[in-house]
Amino acid sequence: MLRRRIIPCLDVSGGRVVKGVEFVNLRDCGEPVDAALRYAEQGADELCWLNITAGNEAWDELLAQVAAAGTRIDVPLTVGGGVSDEPHVRDLLGAGADKVSINSAALDRPALVGECAERHGSQCIVVAIDARRTGATWEAVASGGRRVTGRDAVEWAKEAVERGAGELLVTSMDSDGTQQGYALELYTRLLEAVDVPIIASGGASSPTDIADVLELGVSAALAASIFHDGIHTVEEVKHACRERNLPIR
Amino acid sequence: MTAVTVVDYGGGNVRSLCAALERCGGEVTVSADPVVIASSERLMLAGQGAAGAAMRALAATGLAEALCDAAARHVPLLGVCVGLQVLFERSEEDACACLGLLHGCVRRIEGAERLPHLGWNDVDAIVEHPLTVDLPAIAYFAHSYAVTADIPSALAVTRIDQSTIASMVARGSVAGAQFHPERSSEAGRRLLRRFLAWDGSR
Repeated sequence: MLRRRIIPCLDVSGGRVVKGVEFVNLRDCGEPVDAALRYAEQGADELCWLNITAGNEAWDELLAQVAAAGTRIDVPLTVGGGVSDEPHVRDLLGAGADKVSINSAALDRPALVGECAERHGSQCIVVAIDARRTGATWEAVASGGRRVTGRDAVEWAKEAVERGAGELLVTSMDSDGTQQGYALELYTRLLEAVDVPIIASGGASSPTDIADVLELGVSAALAASIFHDGIHTVEEVKHACRERNLPIR
Repeated sequence: MTAVTVVDYGGGNVRSLCAALERCGGEVTVSADPVVIASSERLMLAGQGAAGAAMRALAATGLAEALCDAAARHVPLLGVCVGLQVLFERSEEDACACLGLLHGCVRRIEGAERLPHLGWNDVDAIVEHPLTVDLPAIAYFAHSYAVTADIPSALAVTRIDQSTIASMVARGSVAGAQFHPERSSEAGRRLLRRFLAWDGSR
């Protein structure tokens, strides 16, 4: 049976792991390759590496760090942040990423999703969506939440899948960094709208929060703060999920 | 140390596969040269992406012929993911002809609630074979196409909702794993060690 995945996320800025609260107030949480190895040893099912200073960080440094992590870990690695065209995707896959996530560039030019999926296969193209609640619906926002797009997040999710996205990484901007639990209603809607795997992100404060969102039916839960701060280990999260009879590695 | 050549035809994950082989005691050469492949005594075919693109790259570089020659020499050959898929006669993905070293056709997975099949799943042996002695295991998959469990070369199977696929295959010295050993932690290390020790027979 296919297992649900627990994915620690490394938000990397200037070559260091950082984590902000609601995308601001960044704090330094260590060296990313070490963190990647530590989480892989703890039993992480996958690692997500988000380069959160898109455009500002030297691309070559990112590729070198991804290559160092990618050859040393033995679980899958998803890399994203600042991916703006197909050569970026090719570079990251060549460096050792197993999947590449595309966010703002896909909103700006949706055809990019299809171009990347056609060339590299849907299974390695993740479309990342940052969703912010607006009344009864959610809006997809771009550029780390700094730019409104007017696009309905669920409609954008459907289009991204039609264009070839093999997976969606959806972050609730209202929940991110607040540690108040995942935006369960958003994921319920997304699960009905698309038939690719969904990674839920934003809001985890405890193993229980992660079990709650996995129980909805999402394929994976991503979390950063609770792991970086040493509040909980990956194994504690997995234990909580097993207690709910969720299929966990 | 066991010498192994990883065939490089421009697909992804070559680096991570080489690193994983080295961790398991492999002395790894990466090559896109049919002459090197022709003199190699152990081969791995990595793979990511679409079968059609992989076959075009293999055919254009003369590597397809070199791989068929290697199979005729009974050199142990292990294909991974799309590297497994191109060993078969054809793939429904891009409707392309493949190497034809194994009988059967690669098809889109039917009966799965969500595709791609992304994540960790069980690998259960259905045949005794030097490559399956460590099973059962849980391994990492990333694909939407596969061969079904009823093909003659199936060694191990994996259940995906209403569908059962062949997750490991072998016939003679030609073998394949649909999962990614380089990303499958303990299960991957075990398979790579078994492959490096395998003489290409049952």
